Amino acid sequence: MKQLNAILEGFGSTWLLLVRALAYAPTLPRQFGRFVEQCYLIGYTTLPIVAILSFFIGSVLALQAGRSMQDFGTQQFIGSLVGLSMARELGPVMAAILLAGRVGSAIAAELASMKVYQEIDALETMNIPPARMLVLPRLAAVLVMMPVLTIIADLVGWFGGAIVAKYTKIISIEPESYFSVLRRYTHFSDVLNGLFKAELFGFVVVLLCCNIGLNTRGGPREIGASVTRAVVVSLIAILVLDYFVTQVLMAG
Amino acid sequence: MSSSCPLGSTRNPFTAVDTPAVGVSIEKLSKNFGSQQVLREVTFAVEPGEIFVLMGPSGSGKSVLLKHIVGLEQPTAGRVTVHGLDAAATATREQVRIALVFQSGALFNSLSVYDNLALYPREHQIADEAAIRDKVMHALQILSLEGTARKAPSELSGGMRKRVAIARALVMEPQLMLYDEPTSELDPVMSATISEIIATLKEEYHVTTIVVSHDRELALGIADRVGILMDGALVSLGPAAALHAPQDPRVAEFLSPKIDLQNPRFKNLEK
Ligand SMILES: Nc1ncnc2c1ncn2[C@@H]1O[C@H](COP(=O)(O)OP(=O)(O)O)[C@@H](O)[C@H]1O
Ligand SMILES: [Mg+2]
Repeated sequence: MKQLNAILEGFGSTWLLLVRALAYAPTLPRQFGRFVEQCYLIGYTTLPIVAILSFFIGSVLALQAGRSMQDFGTQQFIGSLVGLSMARELGPVMAAILLAGRVGSAIAAELASMKVYQEIDALETMNIPPARMLVLPRLAAVLVMMPVLTIIADLVGWFGGAIVAKYTKIISIEPESYFSVLRRYTHFSDVLNGLFKAELFGFVVVLLCCNIGLNTRGGPREIGASVTRAVVVSLIAILVLDYFVTQVLMAG
Repeated sequence: MSSSCPLGSTRNPFTAVDTPAVGVSIEKLSKNFGSQQVLREVTFAVEPGEIFVLMGPSGSGKSVLLKHIVGLEQPTAGRVTVHGLDAAATATREQVRIALVFQSGALFNSLSVYDNLALYPREHQIADEAAIRDKVMHALQILSLEGTARKAPSELSGGMRKRVAIARALVMEPQLMLYDEPTSELDPVMSATISEIIATLKEEYHVTTIVVSHDRELALGIADRVGILMDGALVSLGPAAALHAPQDPRVAEFLSPKIDLQNPRFKNLEK
Protein backbone atom coordinates (compact mmCIF):
# COMPACT_ATOMS: atom_id res chain seq x y z
CA MET A 1 0.00 0.00 0.00
CA LYS A 2 2.78 2.34 0.91
CA GLN A 3 4.68 1.44 -2.26
CA LEU A 4 1.61 1.92 -4.41
CA ASN A 5 1.17 5.32 -2.85
CA ALA A 6 4.78 6.22 -3.63
CA ILE A 7 4.39 5.11 -7.26
CA LEU A 8 1.22 7.13 -7.74
CA GLU A 9 2.85 10.12 -6.13
CA GLY A 10 5.80 9.72 -8.48
CA PHE A 11 3.47 9.65 -11.49
CA GLY A 12 1.70 12.75 -10.29
CA SER A 13 4.79 14.79 -9.57
CA THR A 14 6.38 13.76 -12.88
CA TRP A 15 3.37 14.98 -14.86
CA LEU A 16 3.30 18.18 -12.86
CA LEU A 17 6.97 18.79 -13.54
CA LEU A 18 6.43 18.16 -17.25
CA VAL A 19 3.56 20.63 -17.42
CA ARG A 20 5.54 23.24 -15.50
CA ALA A 21 8.64 22.82 -17.65
CA LEU A 22 6.66 23.00 -20.89
CA ALA A 23 4.90 26.13 -19.70
CA TYR A 24 8.31 27.82 -19.67
CA ALA A 25 9.14 26.74 -23.24
CA PRO A 26 9.03 30.35 -24.49
CA THR A 27 12.05 31.12 -22.25
CA LEU A 28 14.18 28.62 -24.15
CA PRO A 29 15.76 31.13 -26.56
CA ARG A 30 17.21 33.15 -23.70
CA GLN A 31 18.44 29.97 -22.02
CA PHE A 32 20.34 29.00 -25.17
CA GLY A 33 23.64 28.80 -23.31
CA ARG A 34 22.29 26.26 -20.83
CA PHE A 35 20.74 24.26 -23.64
CA VAL A 36 24.05 24.06 -25.53
CA GLU A 37 25.88 23.10 -22.34
CA GLN A 38 23.45 20.22 -21.76
CA CYS A 39 23.73 19.06 -25.39
CA TYR A 40 27.48 19.05 -25.05
CA LEU A 41 27.29 17.12 -21.78
CA ILE A 42 24.99 14.48 -23.24
CA GLY A 43 27.15 14.10 -26.34
CA TYR A 44 30.43 14.13 -24.52
CA THR A 45 29.49 11.55 -21.90
CA THR A 46 27.31 9.24 -23.97
CA LEU A 47 28.63 9.23 -27.56
CA PRO A 48 31.82 7.22 -27.03
CA ILE A 49 30.14 4.47 -25.04
CA VAL A 50 27.20 4.32 -27.44
CA ALA A 51 29.62 3.89 -30.34
CA ILE A 52 31.65 1.16 -28.65
CA LEU A 53 28.71 -0.85 -27.40
CA SER A 54 26.69 -0.64 -30.62
CA PHE A 55 29.68 -1.99 -32.47
CA PHE A 56 29.61 -5.08 -30.29
CA ILE A 57 25.84 -5.40 -30.43
CA GLY A 58 25.91 -5.30 -34.24
CA SER A 59 28.74 -7.83 -34.26
CA VAL A 60 27.11 -10.28 -31.94
CA LEU A 61 23.83 -10.00 -33.85
CA ALA A 62 25.61 -10.96 -37.05
CA LEU A 63 27.44 -13.76 -35.33
CA GLN A 64 24.36 -15.31 -33.72
CA ALA A 65 22.09 -14.82 -36.72
CA GLY A 66 24.76 -15.92 -39.16
CA ARG A 67 25.03 -19.25 -37.45
CA SER A 68 21.32 -19.97 -37.42
CA MET A 69 20.75 -18.63 -40.93
CA GLN A 70 23.53 -20.73 -42.31
CA ASP A 71 21.56 -23.82 -41.32
CA PHE A 72 18.91 -22.72 -43.81
CA GLY A 73 21.37 -21.36 -46.34
CA THR A 74 19.95 -17.87 -45.91
CA GLN A 75 23.04 -16.13 -44.56
CA GLN A 76 23.10 -13.69 -47.48
CA PHE A 77 20.12 -11.99 -45.80
CA ILE A 78 22.08 -11.26 -42.67
CA GLY A 79 22.35 -7.57 -43.64
CA SER A 80 18.60 -7.20 -43.48
CA LEU A 81 18.44 -8.74 -40.02
CA VAL A 82 21.18 -6.58 -38.54
CA GLY A 83 19.87 -3.52 -40.40
CA LEU A 84 16.32 -3.83 -39.17
CA SER A 85 17.14 -4.93 -35.63
CA MET A 86 19.52 -2.07 -35.06
CA ALA A 87 17.30 0.57 -36.64
CA ARG A 88 13.99 -0.44 -35.13
CA GLU A 89 14.98 -1.80 -31.77
CA LEU A 90 18.53 -2.05 -30.54
CA GLY A 91 19.83 1.34 -31.63
CA PRO A 92 17.21 3.37 -29.76
CA VAL A 93 17.02 1.05 -26.75
CA MET A 94 20.81 0.93 -26.36
CA ALA A 95 21.10 4.69 -26.68
CA ALA A 96 18.37 5.19 -24.08
CA ILE A 97 19.85 2.70 -21.63
CA LEU A 98 23.27 4.29 -21.87
CA LEU A 99 21.69 7.72 -21.54
CA ALA A 100 20.05 6.58 -18.30
CA GLY A 101 23.34 5.23 -16.99
CA ARG A 102 25.52 8.18 -17.92
CA VAL A 103 23.31 11.25 -18.10
CA GLY A 104 20.26 10.26 -16.06
CA SER A 105 22.39 9.31 -13.08
CA ALA A 106 24.36 12.54 -13.33
CA ILE A 107 21.19 14.63 -13.52
CA ALA A 108 19.69 12.88 -10.50
CA ALA A 109 22.91 13.33 -8.52
CA GLU A 110 23.23 17.00 -9.37
CA LEU A 111 19.63 17.93 -8.65
CA ALA A 112 19.52 15.78 -5.51
CA SER A 113 22.60 17.47 -4.14
CA MET A 114 21.16 20.90 -5.01
CA LYS A 115 18.06 19.92 -3.09
CA VAL A 116 19.89 18.55 -0.07
CA TYR A 117 22.20 21.56 0.15
CA GLN A 118 19.24 23.98 -0.12
CA GLU A 119 20.19 25.37 -3.52
CA ILE A 120 16.70 24.52 -4.77
CA ASP A 121 15.21 26.35 -1.78
CA ALA A 122 17.42 29.33 -2.60
CA LEU A 123 16.15 29.32 -6.20
CA GLU A 124 12.58 29.27 -4.97
CA THR A 125 13.10 32.21 -2.65
CA MET A 126 14.64 34.05 -5.61
CA ASN A 127 11.47 33.30 -7.55
CA ILE A 128 13.43 31.33 -10.15
CA PRO A 129 11.46 28.15 -10.88
CA PRO A 130 13.70 25.04 -11.00
CA ALA A 131 11.47 23.67 -13.78
CA ARG A 132 12.49 26.61 -15.94
CA MET A 133 16.18 26.83 -15.17
CA LEU A 134 17.12 23.20 -14.48
CA VAL A 135 14.59 20.99 -16.25
CA LEU A 136 13.59 22.73 -19.48
CA PRO A 137 17.11 23.04 -20.98
CA ARG A 138 17.79 19.37 -20.25
CA LEU A 139 14.55 18.23 -21.88
CA ALA A 140 15.27 20.31 -24.96
CA ALA A 141 18.84 19.05 -25.14
CA VAL A 142 17.87 15.40 -24.97
CA LEU A 143 15.39 15.86 -27.82
CA VAL A 144 18.17 17.23 -29.99
CA MET A 145 20.80 14.70 -28.96
CA MET A 146 18.85 11.42 -28.98
CA PRO A 147 18.54 11.24 -32.79
CA VAL A 148 22.27 11.90 -33.10
CA LEU A 149 23.11 9.15 -30.61
CA THR A 150 20.69 6.74 -32.25
CA ILE A 151 21.90 7.32 -35.80
CA ILE A 152 25.47 6.75 -34.65
CA ALA A 153 24.38 3.59 -32.83
CA ASP A 154 22.66 2.35 -36.00
CA LEU A 155 25.59 3.10 -38.29
CA VAL A 156 28.23 1.64 -36.00
CA GLY A 157 26.09 -1.44 -35.33
CA TRP A 158 25.60 -2.04 -39.07
CA PHE A 159 29.31 -1.61 -39.59
CA GLY A 160 30.12 -4.07 -36.77
CA GLY A 161 27.76 -6.59 -38.39
CA ALA A 162 29.49 -6.15 -41.74
CA ILE A 163 32.90 -6.86 -40.27
CA VAL A 164 31.73 -10.01 -38.53
CA ALA A 165 29.88 -11.13 -41.66
CA LYS A 166 33.05 -10.83 -43.70
CA TYR A 167 35.58 -12.32 -41.32
CA THR A 168 33.57 -15.12 -39.72
CA LYS A 169 34.34 -18.29 -41.68
CA ILE A 170 30.86 -19.80 -41.57
CA ILE A 171 29.27 -16.57 -42.85
CA SER A 172 31.87 -14.98 -45.18
CA ILE A 173 29.73 -12.35 -46.87
CA GLU A 174 31.39 -9.44 -48.63
CA PRO A 175 30.47 -5.97 -47.32
CA GLU A 176 29.07 -4.96 -50.72
CA SER A 177 26.44 -7.67 -50.69
CA TYR A 178 25.83 -7.22 -46.93
CA PHE A 179 25.08 -3.53 -47.38
CA SER A 180 23.08 -3.98 -50.55
CA VAL A 181 20.77 -6.41 -48.74
CA LEU A 182 20.68 -4.10 -45.72
CA ARG A 183 19.65 -1.19 -47.96
CA ARG A 184 17.03 -3.21 -49.77
CA TYR A 185 15.23 -4.32 -46.59
CA THR A 186 15.87 -1.47 -44.16
CA HIS A 187 13.78 1.51 -45.21
CA PHE A 188 14.07 5.07 -44.13
CA SER A 189 10.76 4.59 -42.32
CA ASP A 190 12.39 1.90 -40.14
CA VAL A 191 15.09 4.34 -39.11
CA LEU A 192 12.48 7.03 -38.43
CA ASN A 193 10.52 4.55 -36.39
CA GLY A 194 13.61 3.96 -34.24
CA LEU A 195 14.30 7.69 -33.93
CA PHE A 196 10.79 8.26 -32.67
CA LYS A 197 11.29 5.64 -29.96
CA ALA A 198 14.64 7.11 -29.01
CA GLU A 199 13.13 10.57 -28.63
CA LEU A 200 10.40 9.21 -26.41
CA PHE A 201 12.74 7.13 -24.24
CA GLY A 202 15.31 9.90 -23.89
CA PHE A 203 12.69 12.47 -22.96
CA VAL A 204 11.11 10.18 -20.38
CA VAL A 205 14.48 9.26 -18.87
CA VAL A 206 15.52 12.89 -18.41
CA LEU A 207 12.12 13.88 -17.04
CA LEU A 208 12.08 11.01 -14.53
CA CYS A 209 15.64 11.64 -13.39
CA CYS A 210 14.99 15.37 -12.92
CA ASN A 211 11.88 14.63 -10.90
CA ILE A 212 13.55 12.05 -8.69
CA GLY A 213 16.49 14.38 -8.07
CA LEU A 214 14.27 17.34 -7.21
CA ASN A 215 12.14 15.25 -4.83
CA THR A 216 15.09 14.08 -2.74
CA ARG A 217 14.46 14.51 0.98
CA GLY A 218 16.84 14.25 3.87
CA GLY A 219 20.59 14.36 4.12
CA PRO A 220 23.55 13.64 1.84
CA ARG A 221 22.96 9.88 2.08
CA GLU A 222 19.76 10.34 0.13
CA ILE A 223 21.69 11.62 -2.89
CA GLY A 224 23.03 8.13 -3.55
CA ALA A 225 19.63 6.58 -3.00
CA SER A 226 18.08 9.01 -5.50
CA VAL A 227 20.67 8.18 -8.15
CA THR A 228 20.01 4.46 -7.80
CA ARG A 229 16.28 5.00 -7.93
CA ALA A 230 16.59 7.25 -10.97
CA VAL A 231 18.54 4.66 -12.96
CA VAL A 232 16.32 1.73 -11.97
CA VAL A 233 13.10 3.61 -12.70
CA SER A 234 14.53 4.78 -16.03
CA LEU A 235 15.43 1.26 -17.11
CA ILE A 236 12.00 -0.04 -16.18
CA ALA A 237 10.35 2.84 -18.03
CA ILE A 238 12.44 2.24 -21.18
CA LEU A 239 11.71 -1.48 -21.38
CA VAL A 240 8.01 -1.25 -20.54
CA LEU A 241 7.44 1.69 -22.87
CA ASP A 242 9.38 -0.12 -25.58
CA TYR A 243 6.94 -2.98 -25.62
CA PHE A 244 3.85 -0.84 -25.87
CA VAL A 245 5.26 1.65 -28.32
CA THR A 246 6.49 -1.14 -30.56
CA GLN A 247 3.04 -2.64 -30.55
CA VAL A 248 1.44 0.67 -31.46
CA LEU A 249 3.99 1.40 -34.18
CA MET A 250 3.53 -2.02 -35.72
CA ALA A 251 -0.24 -1.64 -35.81
CA GLY A 252 0.07 1.78 -37.42
CA MET B 1 28.94 53.79 2.34
CA SER B 2 25.46 55.24 2.45
CA SER B 3 25.84 57.72 -0.39
CA SER B 4 27.50 55.34 -2.84
CA CYS B 5 25.40 52.32 -2.09
CA PRO B 6 23.88 51.07 -5.36
CA LEU B 7 21.23 49.09 -3.63
CA GLY B 8 19.23 52.23 -3.25
CA SER B 9 16.25 52.05 -5.46
CA THR B 10 13.32 50.43 -3.82
CA ARG B 11 11.96 50.19 -7.33
CA ASN B 12 10.23 46.90 -7.92
CA PRO B 13 11.88 45.28 -10.93
CA PHE B 14 8.74 43.35 -11.72
CA THR B 15 6.41 46.27 -11.87
CA ALA B 16 8.84 49.21 -12.22
CA VAL B 17 7.23 51.26 -9.50
CA ASP B 18 8.56 52.36 -6.17
CA THR B 19 7.67 49.82 -3.56
CA PRO B 20 6.86 50.55 0.04
CA ALA B 21 8.59 48.97 3.00
CA VAL B 22 6.71 45.84 3.90
CA GLY B 23 5.60 44.39 7.21
CA VAL B 24 5.37 40.80 8.34
CA SER B 25 2.65 39.37 10.52
CA ILE B 26 2.74 35.99 12.20
CA GLU B 27 -0.46 34.85 13.84
CA LYS B 28 -0.67 31.77 16.05
CA LEU B 29 1.83 29.94 13.87
CA SER B 30 2.24 26.26 14.76
CA LYS B 31 4.32 23.75 12.87
CA ASN B 32 4.60 20.01 13.32
CA PHE B 33 7.07 17.67 11.69
CA GLY B 34 5.42 14.31 12.17
CA SER B 35 4.68 14.08 15.86
CA GLN B 36 7.27 16.70 16.83
CA GLN B 37 5.85 20.16 17.45
CA VAL B 38 8.51 22.65 16.39
CA LEU B 39 6.55 25.92 16.63
CA ARG B 40 3.80 26.59 19.19
CA GLU B 41 1.32 29.36 18.46
CA VAL B 42 3.95 31.95 17.75
CA THR B 43 2.47 35.42 17.30
CA PHE B 44 4.28 38.65 16.54
CA ALA B 45 4.45 41.34 13.89
CA VAL B 46 7.40 43.07 12.32
CA GLU B 47 6.71 46.67 11.35
CA PRO B 48 7.73 48.04 7.94
CA GLY B 49 11.33 49.23 8.12
CA GLU B 50 11.99 47.62 11.46
CA ILE B 51 14.95 45.46 12.45
CA PHE B 52 13.67 42.50 14.40
CA VAL B 53 16.16 40.12 15.99
CA LEU B 54 15.04 36.61 16.85
CA MET B 55 17.16 34.82 19.41
CA GLY B 56 16.98 31.44 21.03
CA PRO B 57 18.89 28.24 21.69
CA SER B 58 19.73 25.79 18.88
CA GLY B 59 16.79 23.68 17.83
CA SER B 60 14.22 26.14 19.16
CA GLY B 61 12.69 26.55 15.70
CA LYS B 62 14.21 29.82 14.46
CA SER B 63 15.20 28.56 11.02
CA VAL B 64 11.84 26.88 10.56
CA LEU B 65 10.12 30.16 11.42
CA LEU B 66 12.15 32.05 8.79
CA LYS B 67 11.29 29.42 6.19
CA HIS B 68 7.60 30.10 6.78
CA ILE B 69 8.14 33.76 5.97
CA VAL B 70 9.72 32.98 2.57
CA GLY B 71 7.12 30.30 1.85
CA LEU B 72 9.46 27.31 1.99
CA GLU B 73 7.37 25.74 4.74
CA GLN B 74 3.59 25.69 5.10
CA PRO B 75 2.04 26.31 8.53
CA THR B 76 0.35 23.40 10.28
CA ALA B 77 -1.88 26.00 11.89
CA GLY B 78 -1.96 29.76 11.94
CA ARG B 79 -1.08 32.34 9.31
CA VAL B 80 1.98 34.16 8.06
CA THR B 81 1.52 37.22 5.89
CA VAL B 82 4.01 39.51 4.22
CA HIS B 83 2.66 42.91 3.23
CA GLY B 84 -0.79 41.48 3.83
CA LEU B 85 -0.23 38.60 1.39
CA ASP B 86 -0.15 34.93 2.29
CA ALA B 87 3.51 34.02 2.65
CA ALA B 88 2.94 30.46 1.45
CA ALA B 89 1.63 31.57 -1.96
CA THR B 90 4.08 31.79 -4.86
CA ALA B 91 2.38 34.93 -6.10
CA THR B 92 3.63 36.73 -3.00
CA ARG B 93 7.22 36.30 -4.13
CA GLU B 94 6.35 37.90 -7.45
CA GLN B 95 5.07 41.00 -5.70
CA VAL B 96 7.44 41.34 -2.78
CA ARG B 97 11.18 40.83 -3.06
CA ILE B 98 12.19 38.70 -0.09
CA ALA B 99 15.79 37.62 0.34
CA LEU B 100 16.81 34.89 2.77
CA VAL B 101 20.43 34.44 3.72
CA PHE B 102 20.50 30.72 4.56
CA GLN B 103 22.35 29.48 7.62
CA SER B 104 24.48 27.29 5.33
CA GLY B 105 24.79 29.96 2.64
CA ALA B 106 23.10 27.71 0.04
CA LEU B 107 25.34 29.02 -2.73
CA PHE B 108 25.01 27.49 -6.18
CA ASN B 109 28.00 25.19 -6.22
CA SER B 110 28.17 24.86 -9.98
CA LEU B 111 28.38 28.64 -10.48
CA SER B 112 31.23 31.03 -9.75
CA VAL B 113 30.80 33.61 -7.00
CA TYR B 114 30.14 36.24 -9.68
CA ASP B 115 27.47 34.13 -11.37
CA ASN B 116 25.87 33.35 -8.02
CA LEU B 117 25.31 37.07 -7.52
CA ALA B 118 24.36 37.76 -11.13
CA LEU B 119 21.79 34.98 -11.33
CA TYR B 120 18.85 36.89 -9.86
CA PRO B 121 19.08 40.02 -12.03
CA ARG B 122 19.84 37.92 -15.12
CA GLU B 123 16.93 35.54 -14.62
CA HIS B 124 14.52 38.38 -13.99
CA GLN B 125 16.02 40.45 -16.79
CA ILE B 126 16.28 43.43 -14.50
CA ALA B 127 19.28 45.08 -16.10
CA ASP B 128 21.80 44.66 -18.91
CA GLU B 129 25.09 42.88 -18.32
CA ALA B 130 27.03 46.09 -17.70
CA ALA B 131 24.60 47.26 -15.02
CA ILE B 132 24.53 43.82 -13.46
CA ARG B 133 28.30 43.83 -13.38
CA ASP B 134 28.31 47.13 -11.49
CA LYS B 135 25.78 45.87 -8.98
CA VAL B 136 27.59 42.59 -8.43
CA MET B 137 31.04 44.14 -8.08
CA HIS B 138 29.72 46.71 -5.65
CA ALA B 139 28.03 44.10 -3.50
CA LEU B 140 31.26 42.08 -3.48
CA GLN B 141 33.22 45.17 -2.53
CA ILE B 142 30.92 45.98 0.40
CA LEU B 143 31.66 42.54 1.83
CA SER B 144 35.41 42.66 1.01
CA LEU B 145 35.07 39.86 -1.51
CA GLU B 146 36.57 41.51 -4.61
CA GLY B 147 39.17 38.81 -5.08
CA THR B 148 36.71 35.95 -5.13
CA ALA B 149 34.53 36.85 -8.13
CA ARG B 150 35.93 34.11 -10.37
CA LYS B 151 36.23 31.48 -7.65
CA ALA B 152 33.91 28.55 -7.10
CA PRO B 153 32.05 28.41 -3.76
CA SER B 154 33.94 25.23 -2.89
CA GLU B 155 37.20 27.21 -2.89
CA LEU B 156 36.00 29.56 -0.14
CA SER B 157 36.12 29.34 3.64
CA GLY B 158 32.89 29.07 5.63
CA GLY B 159 32.92 32.72 6.58
CA MET B 160 33.54 33.83 3.00
CA ARG B 161 30.66 31.69 1.80
CA LYS B 162 28.41 33.36 4.32
CA ARG B 163 29.48 36.78 3.06
CA VAL B 164 28.85 35.72 -0.56
CA ALA B 165 25.37 34.65 0.51
CA ILE B 166 24.77 38.08 2.03
CA ALA B 167 26.12 39.78 -1.11
CA ARG B 168 23.84 37.65 -3.25
CA ALA B 169 20.88 38.78 -1.15
CA LEU B 170 21.92 42.45 -1.43
CA VAL B 171 21.93 42.23 -5.23
CA MET B 172 18.26 41.25 -5.06
CA GLU B 173 17.52 44.72 -3.62
CA PRO B 174 15.04 43.11 -1.25
CA GLN B 175 12.18 44.85 0.51
CA LEU B 176 12.34 42.22 3.21
CA MET B 177 15.66 40.73 4.21
CA LEU B 178 15.94 37.65 6.40
CA TYR B 179 19.25 36.54 7.85
CA ASP B 180 19.76 33.13 9.43
CA GLU B 181 22.72 33.46 11.79
CA PRO B 182 24.62 35.86 9.53
CA THR B 183 27.58 36.30 11.85
CA SER B 184 28.00 32.77 13.15
CA GLU B 185 31.15 32.04 11.16
CA LEU B 186 32.59 35.53 10.97
CA ASP B 187 35.37 37.25 12.86
CA PRO B 188 34.48 40.28 15.02
CA VAL B 189 35.46 42.82 12.34
CA MET B 190 33.30 41.15 9.72
CA SER B 191 30.46 40.81 12.23
CA ALA B 192 30.62 44.54 12.78
CA THR B 193 30.49 45.11 9.01
CA ILE B 194 27.40 42.94 8.75
CA SER B 195 25.76 44.94 11.55
CA GLU B 196 26.56 48.12 9.65
CA ILE B 197 25.07 46.76 6.45
CA ILE B 198 21.90 45.74 8.23
CA ALA B 199 21.60 49.13 9.90
CA THR B 200 22.33 51.02 6.67
CA LEU B 201 19.76 49.11 4.67
CA LYS B 202 17.23 50.08 7.26
CA GLU B 203 18.24 53.74 7.58
CA GLU B 204 18.61 54.50 3.90
CA TYR B 205 16.21 52.17 2.20
CA HIS B 206 13.72 51.10 4.83
CA VAL B 207 14.42 47.44 4.23
CA THR B 208 12.46 45.43 6.76
CA THR B 209 14.87 43.03 8.42
CA ILE B 210 14.56 39.91 10.51
CA VAL B 211 17.79 38.53 11.90
CA VAL B 212 18.12 35.16 13.58
CA SER B 213 21.19 35.21 15.74
CA HIS B 214 22.87 34.01 18.89
CA ASP B 215 25.00 37.10 18.82
CA ARG B 216 24.04 39.23 21.79
CA GLU B 217 26.22 42.14 20.68
CA LEU B 218 24.59 42.20 17.27
CA ALA B 219 21.14 42.06 18.80
CA LEU B 220 21.74 44.84 21.27
CA GLY B 221 23.57 46.91 18.66
CA ILE B 222 21.05 47.01 15.84
CA ALA B 223 17.73 45.59 16.94
CA ASP B 224 14.63 47.69 17.30
CA ARG B 225 12.95 44.78 18.98
CA VAL B 226 14.05 41.35 20.06
CA GLY B 227 12.03 38.16 20.31
CA ILE B 228 13.25 35.09 22.12
CA LEU B 229 12.12 31.68 21.01
CA MET B 230 12.46 28.71 23.33
CA ASP B 231 11.31 25.24 22.45
CA GLY B 232 9.07 26.61 19.73
CA ALA B 233 7.32 29.24 21.83
CA LEU B 234 7.95 32.96 21.93
CA VAL B 235 8.90 33.60 25.55
CA SER B 236 9.96 37.21 25.33
CA LEU B 237 9.20 40.10 23.00
CA GLY B 238 10.20 43.70 23.43
CA PRO B 239 12.65 46.50 22.75
CA ALA B 240 16.33 45.56 22.68
CA ALA B 241 16.98 47.70 25.74
CA ALA B 242 14.85 45.37 27.86
CA LEU B 243 17.43 42.63 27.34
CA HIS B 244 19.84 44.36 29.72
CA ALA B 245 17.65 43.30 32.61
CA PRO B 246 15.48 40.39 31.51
CA GLN B 247 12.57 39.39 33.73
CA ASP B 248 12.20 35.78 32.72
CA PRO B 249 14.85 33.59 34.42
CA ARG B 250 15.10 31.31 31.34
CA VAL B 251 15.84 34.35 29.19
CA ALA B 252 18.42 35.60 31.67
CA GLU B 253 20.11 32.21 31.71
CA PHE B 254 20.12 32.08 27.88
CA LEU B 255 21.56 35.57 27.49
CA SER B 256 24.29 35.24 30.12
CA PRO B 257 24.78 31.60 30.98
CA LYS B 258 26.69 30.97 34.16
CA ILE B 259 29.60 28.62 33.82
CA ASP B 260 29.66 26.38 36.83
CA LEU B 261 32.79 24.28 37.07
CA GLN B 262 31.37 22.54 40.11
CA ASN B 263 28.43 21.28 38.06
CA PRO B 264 27.97 17.60 38.93
CA ARG B 265 27.61 16.78 35.22
CA PHE B 266 31.26 17.60 34.63
CA LYS B 267 32.33 15.78 37.75
CA ASN B 268 30.86 12.61 36.30
CA LEU B 269 32.79 13.10 33.08
CA GLU B 270 36.10 13.08 34.88
CA LYS B 271 35.61 9.65 36.38
N1 LIG C 1 12.47 19.49 7.52
C1 LIG C 1 12.42 19.08 8.80
N2 LIG C 1 11.90 17.86 9.10
C2 LIG C 1 11.81 17.44 10.37
N3 LIG C 1 12.25 18.14 11.43
C3 LIG C 1 12.79 19.35 11.21
C4 LIG C 1 12.90 19.88 9.89
N4 LIG C 1 13.48 21.10 9.97
C5 LIG C 1 13.70 21.31 11.28
N5 LIG C 1 13.30 20.28 12.03
C6 LIG C 1 13.36 20.21 13.51
O1 LIG C 1 12.82 21.38 14.01
C7 LIG C 1 13.52 21.80 15.17
C8 LIG C 1 13.94 23.25 15.02
O2 LIG C 1 14.87 23.35 13.99
P1 LIG C 1 15.52 24.73 13.57
O3 LIG C 1 14.46 25.69 13.25
O4 LIG C 1 16.49 24.44 12.47
O5 LIG C 1 16.30 25.17 14.87
P2 LIG C 1 17.18 26.49 15.08
O6 LIG C 1 16.44 27.29 16.07
O7 LIG C 1 18.49 26.00 15.62
O8 LIG C 1 17.33 27.15 13.76
C9 LIG C 1 14.68 20.85 15.33
O9 LIG C 1 14.37 19.97 16.36
C10 LIG C 1 14.76 20.14 14.01
O10 LIG C 1 15.19 18.82 14.21
MG1 LIG D 1 18.90 27.44 12.57
